[in-house]
Amino acid sequence: MASVAEKVASLSNDEILRYSRHLIMPEVGMEGQLKLKQARVLCIGAGGLGSPLALYLTAAGVGTLGIVDFDVVDFTNLQRQVIHGTSDVGRKKLDSVEDTLREINPNVEIRKFETRLISANAFELFREFDIIADGTDNFPTRYLVNDACVLTGKPNVYGSIFRFEGQASVFATKEGPCYRCLYPEPPPPGLVPSCAEGGVLGILPGLVGVIQATETIKLILGSGDPLIGRLLLVDALSMRFRELKLRKNPDCPVCGTHPTVTELIDYNQFCGIRGEEAAAPNSMTDITVEELKQRLDRGDDLFVLDVREPHEFQICNLGGYLIPLSDLPKRVSELDSSREIIVHCKMGGRSARAADFLRQSGFSKVHNLAGGITAWAERIDPKVPKY
Amino acid sequence: MRRSITIKAMKILVPTPLRQYAGKQAAIDVQAATVGEALSVLTSTYPDLRKHLYSDEGKLRAFVNLYLNDDDIRYLQQDQTVVKESDTLSIVPSIAGGGR
Repeated sequence: MASVAEKVASLSNDEILRYSRHLIMPEVGMEGQLKLKQARVLCIGAGGLGSPLALYLTAAGVGTLGIVDFDVVDFTNLQRQVIHGTSDVGRKKLDSVEDTLREINPNVEIRKFETRLISANAFELFREFDIIADGTDNFPTRYLVNDACVLTGKPNVYGSIFRFEGQASVFATKEGPCYRCLYPEPPPPGLVPSCAEGGVLGILPGLVGVIQATETIKLILGSGDPLIGRLLLVDALSMRFRELKLRKNPDCPVCGTHPTVTELIDYNQFCGIRGEEAAAPNSMTDITVEELKQRLDRGDDLFVLDVREPHEFQICNLGGYLIPLSDLPKRVSELDSSREIIVHCKMGGRSARAADFLRQSGFSKVHNLAGGITAWAERIDPKVPKY
Repeated sequence: MRRSITIKAMKILVPTPLRQYAGKQAAIDVQAATVGEALSVLTSTYPDLRKHLYSDEGKLRAFVNLYLNDDDIRYLQQDQTVVKESDTLSIVPSIAGGGR
């Protein structure tokens, strides 16, 4: 590191002024600021966690910031993804991020990677970076980031959120545990709701993302006590921070003493996800919003079952009968199996599980509304709000 | 045999995703002498929790960790770990959200 530091001559006078509050504290100083300038951090995802991560790392003067994202800004992002603004809706997140970051600090080299992180490109993407910050939103990518970090020997600065609870740690350092030491296997698909299904308090990614940015900066500076071997739990509702001890598992399949995972695998398969076709409509049992509209207009006898939560029902509804998915097993007797049932939720995921459950319980005329009430709002009735 | 004299109340912390299966509670006091007893009291009071904590074979699920205070019970005496009244058992499942 020191020899590289000598090559990058120094800071310009403008940079010295900009980083003045860093330079006058001994924990950073000129040496630390030069380390930041030479550092190369790859941020996976430019969403809730990625926003504060990218904003603060850029402001702090990290020399090269790579961002991997393939998404487009939409209105539902703005409640928490503070790197994007209202006029960015519809733009690529990467372009919006680049504009914001250049305005904050033009000295930082922003490298945009418009792609989904997959096993086939992970090593290539990681090659030119020193630290990986994981701001992704799904289990397959989390395991991929972890394994690729272990296999390339790069620290994984981890953060994860749900509703008002968050977790943060630093994984995959030489001495410390990795994500698989903590959770050897992912939950089966559907058991743990995503932010899109379960919601998230807007400030939470701010809180957790700033913790990730802090840990990243500490790793670069080589100072303080990083969150290695510790899992920080944040509960914003009770405003309690707790810390749990993590240990490196000697039997860990990727970082243990006899690893069985020595190259990147198929993480969708590992997480039990069958790929894109799994989410595609199943023509045998699904019904489209257009078909539903037609059949309702025709006066067919259909029972519309809404399996969302009561607070979602209050936002908008199709006049269906409300039984939240988690209550369905104990309230199934309220349903008449002789009638044709159309099950819907917000996007079609929970209702697909509800429909499966009903079929297993002996209901033969059950259809899942593909795309849920969101598809209805988009294609049938624009007066129904999307959320 | 009843051991009511030696049985103590300890606290179990339930994480957000599982509260819907535990009467919407964040913390539950149970009378138990060991971690295993505490969990069996918990899952008999809230049977819906069981499938989220244990596989069909009755094994603790690989994406759920249990911490007695700040220690993983895998590195203590697992279910046999003795608990004190002041102890807190945390259920910590994996979450993946990134705020997309």
